[in-house]
Amino acid sequence: MIKYLRTMDEKCVGCMTCTAVCSRLYFKDENPAKSDIQVFELALGKFHLVACDQECRKCVSECPTQAITVAKTGVVMLDKSLCVGCLACVAVCPTGAMRWYPGLKHPFKCIACGACAKRCPKDALEIAEKEDSPASRAWSDAIALVRKEGQ
Amino acid sequence: MMSLERKDLKLLAEARLEKGGVRKGYNMRTLHLDVGTRSVTEKKVSEEMKRKFVGGKGFGLKLLWDATRPETKWDSPENEIVIAMGPICGNTNYPGSGKSLVVALSPMTGIPIDSNVGGYFGPYLKFSGFDALELQGKADRETIVFIDGNEGIVQFYESPADIPADTHLLAEILTHTFAKDGASKDGASKEGASKDGASKDAKDLQSVAVVSAGRGADHSPMGLLNFSLYDKRRAGIRVKQAGRGGIGKVLRDKRIRAVVCRFKGVNSDSNDAADPAAVQRIGLKLHREIVQNDDKQCKMRKQGTAHLMEVMNDYDLLPTKNHKYGQDPKGPEIASWVWEKLLSQDLPDGCWYGCTMACAHAVDKFELETGPYKGQKVCVDGPEYETAAGVGSNLYVYDPHGILEMNFYCDTYGIDTISFGTTMSFLMECWEHGVLDADRTDGIDLAWGNWKGAIQVLHDLADGKRFGVLMGKGVKFLAKHFSREYGADPQFMKDIALHGKGLEQSEYISKESLAQQGGYYLTNKGPQHDEAWLIFMDMVNNRIPSFEQKAEALHYFPMFRTWFGLQGLCKLPWNDVEPADNARHAEPNKVPEHVANYRELYTAITGEDLSPEEMILQSERVYNFQRTFNVRQGHGHRDEDWPPYRAMGPVLEDEYEARAERYDKQMKEKIGIDPAGKSLKEKVAITRDYRMKQYSSLIDAVFKRRGWTPDGCPRPEHLREIGMDLPEVLAVAEARMAGKI
Ligand code: SF4
Ligand code: SF4
Ligand code: SF4
Repeated sequence: MIKYLRTMDEKCVGCMTCTAVCSRLYFKDENPAKSDIQVFELALGKFHLVACDQECRKCVSECPTQAITVAKTGVVMLDKSLCVGCLACVAVCPTGAMRWYPGLKHPFKCIACGACAKRCPKDALEIAEKEDSPASRAWSDAIALVRKEGQ
Repeated sequence: MMSLERKDLKLLAEARLEKGGVRKGYNMRTLHLDVGTRSVTEKKVSEEMKRKFVGGKGFGLKLLWDATRPETKWDSPENEIVIAMGPICGNTNYPGSGKSLVVALSPMTGIPIDSNVGGYFGPYLKFSGFDALELQGKADRETIVFIDGNEGIVQFYESPADIPADTHLLAEILTHTFAKDGASKDGASKEGASKDGASKDAKDLQSVAVVSAGRGADHSPMGLLNFSLYDKRRAGIRVKQAGRGGIGKVLRDKRIRAVVCRFKGVNSDSNDAADPAAVQRIGLKLHREIVQNDDKQCKMRKQGTAHLMEVMNDYDLLPTKNHKYGQDPKGPEIASWVWEKLLSQDLPDGCWYGCTMACAHAVDKFELETGPYKGQKVCVDGPEYETAAGVGSNLYVYDPHGILEMNFYCDTYGIDTISFGTTMSFLMECWEHGVLDADRTDGIDLAWGNWKGAIQVLHDLADGKRFGVLMGKGVKFLAKHFSREYGADPQFMKDIALHGKGLEQSEYISKESLAQQGGYYLTNKGPQHDEAWLIFMDMVNNRIPSFEQKAEALHYFPMFRTWFGLQGLCKLPWNDVEPADNARHAEPNKVPEHVANYRELYTAITGEDLSPEEMILQSERVYNFQRTFNVRQGHGHRDEDWPPYRAMGPVLEDEYEARAERYDKQMKEKIGIDPAGKSLKEKVAITRDYRMKQYSSLIDAVFKRRGWTPDGCPRPEHLREIGMDLPEVLAVAEARMAGKI
């Protein structure tokens, strides 16, 4: 199973509580540009929420130092001690969920901790689980699995 | 795999290093090691040296100039191998920022060679506190040099007699030997540990980089240097080559088995950029461009430079049978899609961190069919375009297996695939014309396409056997040797021996592009693809028809491309990916947006402004310095910049016939002679005469544009004008003007 932060755009009112919680928790700074969850204002008072779906794993494949790995919970984690800050992961992320902030040494992303979900007044966010399917795995994971099964 | 503990090595000498640190891309310090006396010296980099030589190849040439004399030969003890990086080298954000520039007096040409190579050694050396490393002297025994950037120590070890000399084994063993013992606490993966049972984890292994050659380099001037990197995903080392000009031979002549550098702790601050956020922004912009455009453009991420194969074959530019032809119906058998299937996909194959262009692909678990490692499964680094063409089509080998096998063995023996390919194709043409036969090749069949014969010669070279060693001397030597020993026609030998100054030509057909003939042969170090690649501009698109336009291109491109070598940059991300709107710019060949990126990047790292003019001037100073260096060594004459005729036009009658339409048309329109009624022999001669004159006029135009005399020496007033006005440099140019050199 993959643990992830489920986002429900239709419930979001754009209050930015989640970004404040997240950036304060991880950067001790209230700044939406330093939040792992992002809120985009669309037209007509509608909003779009972006956080890592923990599923595509493109960043896992791309990282030259294997700083990005998949935890047992299915969450994609970044080990700062291995990260050289190249931002390749930011470039390959299809949704912009892997984030960077000018001058900070490492990129950052949602790790499905759920802090924001707890504080969202409209229940637009929640921690959920989904099936881990081979299709969702990075190439290298998939190969490793096949090899293991073959043994 | 043999396991070798550091404590079991015999320590010969060691020295502590002063603590240094990179400031805005520079350490302002270089390291000098004499392997003969085992002495260690740190040298300051002066402001003047930084201003005039910038870094990388500039520093390398300057240090080499100071260390040698006009009489110095490649095997004199004072000849050096200098490995230098440059201010941009080592940043982890901009793709292509991990190159080392290696400089030495070349055993092939006798003049300075410079070679640009990836792998982790250069950046690690830089973060260990040095902008360059000089290796001088000759050791009295086989030596391993170890630089530990974290501990601040240099050690000279005696190399054990039983250690394998071939790179794929040697570099792997030494990576484990010199990786720090004990698993680190940070939870890095344990692949390294599972492989050899020792307690070294992948992060420690990744912090070691090895420079080595191989057994072939012991016996041949075309010996190269392999620069390793530890590949965590493959749990083994990979190697990138400083291929051209025989620097591996110099390493072995100094009895250096390997040079190892360890540095742990690379991060995005290691290069201490003046404006780190700007470096990130510019880098990310290019990452995104690569991720979005590469699949529609060059497919470097899937195929590497092998993406060029069918393009070259289609345009009649893929060397076939020693550059006699430019295409063959068999071309598609070694086209890019063939390689894409063989190369492991979806791996971040950069030769340094942060290169999302990731062209450094490999074929994994490749089973060898010949040689000492027959039956073993190995990782083959490549093939890159030059290799696939050089030991493929040019030998009329269209079997990918044969190409990969030669690729692997050249690398591990420390032999340059380009020089090997060009020399082997020369031998095969000699075989075709009866200059060689089985008696003369020790029984090896060198018919076109017989890769098993070709690789047998390579194995014999590594084993030091007669014909292998003879082949390893390169085409310049062989052309003379065959006419002297076997009575071959000297002119024919000269015509088909593709080299300039003693260095074999790399793998593009230049004969239909006058500008590219200049791009290859009006070069400082010999014909390589480093300085100018003008075939498309000149021949296909006809954008530079006049001599003046060609001369301008042969000024701008070598100067611009030299700049990468000053900075520690790779050229591929400059034009192997383009912004989507590149074609709309006035000069799309220059990829203006990327040039702007480079200037911004330079400023973001060094904190210094760089105008477009100064950018070219930085290169022009070093380029002219290098030319003057050639002059100092008694070279740098006009006649040394002349191609063999195979690189300029059809040598043989059937070669003329293969492109008769083109040649006849040219004769009518450009030469003003009606080909009708002329015999083939006459037509070959008329074409030859015309092309020789054209090339001579090209030299005049280019030398003039570059500020050189008609004989190819930089004029003293030009040197002053561009700011390369060091007294010792001016003195050389003045002495040549006065006829004293
Ligand atoms: S920025 Fe860090 S985590 Fe992202 S790809 Fe580069 S090294 Fe890996
Ligand atoms: S690439 Fe982006 S969306 Fe995909 S796993 Fe990584 S951070 Fe999440
Ligand atoms: S483009 Fe290729 S050769 Fe150049 S730096 Fe990147 S991986 Fe290395």
